[in-house]
Amino acid sequence: MMHELSLSILDLVQNCIAAQANWVLLEIIECSATDKLLFRISDNGKGMDKETQKKVLDPFVTSRTTRRVGLGLPLIDMTTKMCGGSFSIESEVGKGTIIEALFQLSHIDRPPMGKLADTIKSLIILNPELDFNYKHIIDDAVFTVSTKELVAELEGISLQTPEVLLWLNDYIKQGIANLSGGKK
Amino acid sequence: MKSIEELRKLREQLKAGTAIRKEAGTKIIVGMGTCGIAAGAREAMNAIVDEIAKRNIHDVQVSQTGCIGMCVLEPLVDVVRPGEPRVTYGRVTPELARRIVTEHVVNGNIVEDAVIGKIE
Repeated sequence: MMHELSLSILDLVQNCIAAQANWVLLEIIECSATDKLLFRISDNGKGMDKETQKKVLDPFVTSRTTRRVGLGLPLIDMTTKMCGGSFSIESEVGKGTIIEALFQLSHIDRPPMGKLADTIKSLIILNPELDFNYKHIIDDAVFTVSTKELVAELEGISLQTPEVLLWLNDYIKQGIANLSGGKK
Repeated sequence: MKSIEELRKLREQLKAGTAIRKEAGTKIIVGMGTCGIAAGAREAMNAIVDEIAKRNIHDVQVSQTGCIGMCVLEPLVDVVRPGEPRVTYGRVTPELARRIVTEHVVNGNIVEDAVIGKIE
């Protein structure tokens, strides 16, 4: 498995991009009262038919042509099951796909979230054209970032301008740190 | 605390300033397949972006690609300077990523010991 959940998230959003999505919603919900951690990735990509959906958790099924194994989905499926959770896929051809990974928050085998800020930053910087939305809830605190809103605020200035990169780095890191601190 | 308000101020400063983005700058492409990510592509990518930001480099465009089949050599990073061959680096650690930016992207000297391929 990936040693950080944030690496799995980065990997799984690549599937949305490969499916030609131009809108992605990443939701992460951590709830200490119910001892659950969930992340859900929704996209408006090309989707999968029922037949494909049944097969994608098999590591020897992939749409790629460079090699014959596809490990992203099987890895996260296995990780959830090791951690008292579950993994589900909902998809419709032409509409999009929703994947959901659920974990027992306190499970000893649950990988740490890791450098989530680096994952979010990478997804925003590398995909300025993608309407990427990140919503993170920890108990009562919420933090959201939307690429589209950032791009709109910038009025034509590139996200990859050095000054903007520095701002983005601090903005995301502080936003996530505040969440973990439990502040509203 | 960083805020959206601060981003707006930054935008106005940038618009007013002379830091206009140059055309046809260097392209840096990071492999972001499952193999790349598992091998450390995110760390390489963040090191590159951090170096670009700190060194105030304005003519670089960072983008991503999927798995190209050389998984054993991931993380893979390509550098394309205008009018020069495309250079592919393999097993790019954050340290190497920083060297690639300072030596190759800024100064034009290919980091030969880490090159795995060149395409004219």
